[in-house]
Amino acid sequence: MIPILNASGCLDGLVAPEVAQTLDAFVTKTVTPLPRAGNPPPRIAETESGMLNSIGLQNPGVDVVVSEVLPRLAALGVPLWVSAGGFSAADYAFVCERLDELSDVATIELNLSCPNVDEAPETASELVAAARAVTSKPLYAKLSPATADIAEAARAVVDAGADGLSLVNTIRGLALDPQTLQPVLARGAGGYSGPALRPIVLACVHACASAVDVPIVGMGGVSSGRDALELVAAGAAAIALGTVLFRDPSAPARVRDELAAETHAHGARTADELRGTTGLLAARASP
Amino acid sequence: MTRELVGVVGTEPIGAYTLLRLERGGLEPGRPGQFFMLEAPGRLLPRPMSLCQAPPGELAFLIDAIGPGTRALCSLEAGDAIHVLGPLGNGFDLAVERPLLVAGGIGIAPMPYLSEALGGPPAVLGFRSERQAEASRLLPGAEVVIEPRLVTELVPEDPGDVLACGPEPMLEAVRSLAPGAQLAWEAPMACGYGACFGCVVERDGWYVRLCVDGPVLRDAA
Repeated sequence: MIPILNASGCLDGLVAPEVAQTLDAFVTKTVTPLPRAGNPPPRIAETESGMLNSIGLQNPGVDVVVSEVLPRLAALGVPLWVSAGGFSAADYAFVCERLDELSDVATIELNLSCPNVDEAPETASELVAAARAVTSKPLYAKLSPATADIAEAARAVVDAGADGLSLVNTIRGLALDPQTLQPVLARGAGGYSGPALRPIVLACVHACASAVDVPIVGMGGVSSGRDALELVAAGAAAIALGTVLFRDPSAPARVRDELAAETHAHGARTADELRGTTGLLAARASP
Repeated sequence: MTRELVGVVGTEPIGAYTLLRLERGGLEPGRPGQFFMLEAPGRLLPRPMSLCQAPPGELAFLIDAIGPGTRALCSLEAGDAIHVLGPLGNGFDLAVERPLLVAGGIGIAPMPYLSEALGGPPAVLGFRSERQAEASRLLPGAEVVIEPRLVTELVPEDPGDVLACGPEPMLEAVRSLAPGAQLAWEAPMACGYGACFGCVVERDGWYVRLCVDGPVLRDAA
C-alpha cells in the first residue's frame, strides 16, 4: 500500500477531523520552540499553475502543542507525524527532545526548508544531526527543490541520521499586483506550490531514490491518482497532498481510489509493484 | 462540511454585479453571514462567497467580477455545474433586539438573506456608483447613499445592534460608531475550512483565521 498523507501546513486536523481521518497519517503544521504569530496578511496569492503562500510558521509553540494540541490530534486515531522547525540547530533539538517523550508521535518531519522565514545558520545535515542526537523517533528530512544537487543533499542528511525524505517543500516565488507592480504578499516572496511543481518533484524524487536507500514521501502538485502513480514510479514510498486539499477536502479518498485504478490499468496489483520502475536517466541517455 | 457538484440555474445582472443562482442539491443554506467555497472554472482555487438569497431549491450569490476567478463565476451558464463546499464559518448572531443592517458596495451580498431571517429590519447602504447602487433593489426599503456621501452618515447616534459588511475602512468606521457591532470581514482564502492559514486578521496580537473564527467577528462593546 502507498500511504497517503497531507503535506505539513495544508490541513488542520482539529478543525477538519473528518478529512484527517481519511489519511494514512496526519502531518501537523510546523512546531517551533516558541509561539509564532506568523507573517502579516496578505499571505496567499493564486498564480498561473499554482499558488504562493507566506504563512511564516504560525503555531502556538511546542509547549502548547505538546500539552493541548497533540492529545486532541491523537484522539483522531490516525498515525501522527509532527513537523519540527526552528531557527538554529538548538531549536530543532529542543522541539525534537520534547516530542521524543510522546508515544503518540509516530514520526518527526524536520522542516529544513521553509522559504518564508529566516533560515538557520547551520546546514541541513547539521540540523538533522542535532535532532538525531535527542530522539530515537523516525526522522524525515524535508528538503527544498531549490538546490543544485538534491541527491547530494539527500546523501548528506541520510549520513547525518535521517530515516526518510520528504520531497519537496515549496519553492520561492513572487507575485505582483498587475496594477501597482508591487508584491501581492505582505512579506514579498512566498512559497510556490501546486501543479507547476510536479515535474520538479518528479526529478527530485527520481534523483534521490537513485542516490539513497531510505523511504521517500513525494509531494508537490499531486491532484490525481495518475500524479501519485508517477511519483511512485519515480521512487516515492508514500504520497502527500498539499494544495489540492484547499480546493477538495475529499482528495485523499479520491486520489487513493484513482491510484488503485491506475495501478490496475498498468497491470499491477498494488502500486508498490510499480515503485521505482522509472528507468535510470543516465542509462537512457547512453547509446 | 459538505461538498457537492451542483447545477447552475442561471446568472442575472444586478447593476454592476452578477447574481449567480445555483441548484441547492443537498447543501444547507446555513446561517446568514456564513459562506461557501465556489469552484471557479479554470482556476486552481475556489472563491469564498457569502449566501445572498436562499429561494426554494436554490442558493444565490451576488458576485463582483474583479478578477479571473470571479469573472469565471459570472460567466457560468445554465446547465454548467460546479463544486460547492459549505456552509462555512461563523455567521451573524440573530439574537438581536434592535437590528440595523449596514453595508458598503459588494458588502450588500449577505444582507438580503440576513434581512429575511430578521424580518426586514432597517438597512443603510453605501455605493461608489449609480450602477453599483442598483443592487439596493435586493433590499427593498433600504436607505441608499452614493459617494462622495458615506454610509456611516446614515448610522444614527444610538444605532442599536449593528450588523455590517463592507470594505475594511467602512468596517473600521462602523466599529468606532457602534462598539459591539457584528462585522463581516473579507480576506483572500485558499481553502475556507481552516487548512491554509491564509485568511487571517489580527486580533489581540495574534492572527485568527477568518474562515473558522469569522467571517463575522464581534468586537467587545
